[in-house]
Amino acid sequence: MTEPIFYGYKRENGRVGVRNHVAILALDDISNAAVEGVASIVQGTLPLPHAYGRLQFGEDLDLFFRTMIGTGCNPNIAACVVIGIEPNWTNKIVDGIAKTGKPVAGFAIERNGQYKTIETAARKAHEFVQYATELKRVECRGSELTVSVKCGESDTTSGLASNPTVGVVVDRVVEWGGTAIFGETSEITGGEDIVAERCATPEVKEAFLKMHTDYMNLIEGQGVDLLGSQPTQGNIAGGLTTIEEKALGNIQKMGRKAMVKSALKEAEAPKGTGLHFMNSSSAAAEMVTLCAAGGAVVHLFPTGQGNIVGNPVIPVVKLCANPITVATMSEHIDVDLTGLLRREMDLEGAGDKLMDMMLRACNGRMMSAEILGHKEFIMTKLYPSA
Amino acid sequence: MAQTNFFVHDKQDHVGVAVTDIKAGEDVSGWVMEDNSTVTVKSQNDIPLGHKIALYDLDQGAKVLKYNVVIGKASQAVKKGEHMHTHNLRTLRW
Repeated sequence: MTEPIFYGYKRENGRVGVRNHVAILALDDISNAAVEGVASIVQGTLPLPHAYGRLQFGEDLDLFFRTMIGTGCNPNIAACVVIGIEPNWTNKIVDGIAKTGKPVAGFAIERNGQYKTIETAARKAHEFVQYATELKRVECRGSELTVSVKCGESDTTSGLASNPTVGVVVDRVVEWGGTAIFGETSEITGGEDIVAERCATPEVKEAFLKMHTDYMNLIEGQGVDLLGSQPTQGNIAGGLTTIEEKALGNIQKMGRKAMVKSALKEAEAPKGTGLHFMNSSSAAAEMVTLCAAGGAVVHLFPTGQGNIVGNPVIPVVKLCANPITVATMSEHIDVDLTGLLRREMDLEGAGDKLMDMMLRACNGRMMSAEILGHKEFIMTKLYPSA
Repeated sequence: MAQTNFFVHDKQDHVGVAVTDIKAGEDVSGWVMEDNSTVTVKSQNDIPLGHKIALYDLDQGAKVLKYNVVIGKASQAVKKGEHMHTHNLRTLRW
């Protein structure tokens, strides 16, 4: 498979993006109003409010900063304004994003108040929009892409058709020398040994299995099991019966060829090309947010029953092979793979179709979730705040 | 090509997945994806698209294969052609 080209944005650090956002990032929950205030008066900005950022501690705080800084560093963001209640943590995020070389500025509300903060931040955002809108798309290579994958509202058609189609594209991305991220730790229960066998080294295998064991221990430590949650009610309606069955369908997305080069922490950026596992929740919005913070610029999302998730920073390409879903929810589906169930196409043909749409998304075509306004920016939290 | 009513991932599998809505009593035809062979079975129940059909008689407690991997056990005896779902198939994990 020849490496394709597409037209993307080359950032100051050489990384390639497929969108050109000016993000207004909230440090914490109480700064959301100021973030929304700036975005409402400066056209062409993307507000990123969220629910957290206060009194987190330990590993959960590390993950918070990794997610915030990683999101700001995402190559789909041309420039970034950060607004927080106080300057110290605001500047920690600004400094982290500044390492990419992209324009970034921070504003603190304490000692200024909300109106003054909005005004000063809006003037900077105004400049950033002028800067970003003069950037041009340039020719980029497929190997410069980082692609993430996660399925949702899966059913048996996911395992039969749409997930293995993603696997075909993941194999191709890795063959070109690109980067791919998959995850969903609890959801690969029943297929974890298969993933472990695909790990490139004993160290990666051990790290992956420890992540899986720790995740399952966390769940069981609550004195419950996942019966009724995994598979979800939507999965069961679609014909999936057990977690093992769901997992075996899920892991079709990792393709058939590439070895897993690392087991990443949540929101951790891969340290090289190839296929990587990221420890992550299987909840769609959380997982896609973590992947975007880890540097993915486009996401492939197979669905069976019709998960409608999107992300503000990276385009989510939705593919589906269930004819009922495609007929009843067509505005959510970018790639119709129902022909696989009618045996009108094979997986390679389906892979061609998906790759074509992925590259069109990278060239700037808006995906359905973007057109529908899906901007789910949802942080993963490991435990309660102090 | 005659209409395919269900797909089977692997020739060792105990279940197929309906790709059309199947009616009780129908003789239905399945495509085995692994080796491109065809299997036929008489359905015992209505089976909606996406749901599983048993390809063999299975004893209670029997391990059930799909993708040639165990996906759970039969929680009651199952007849060839029956709908297999949460009422007669259970995870081994929890």
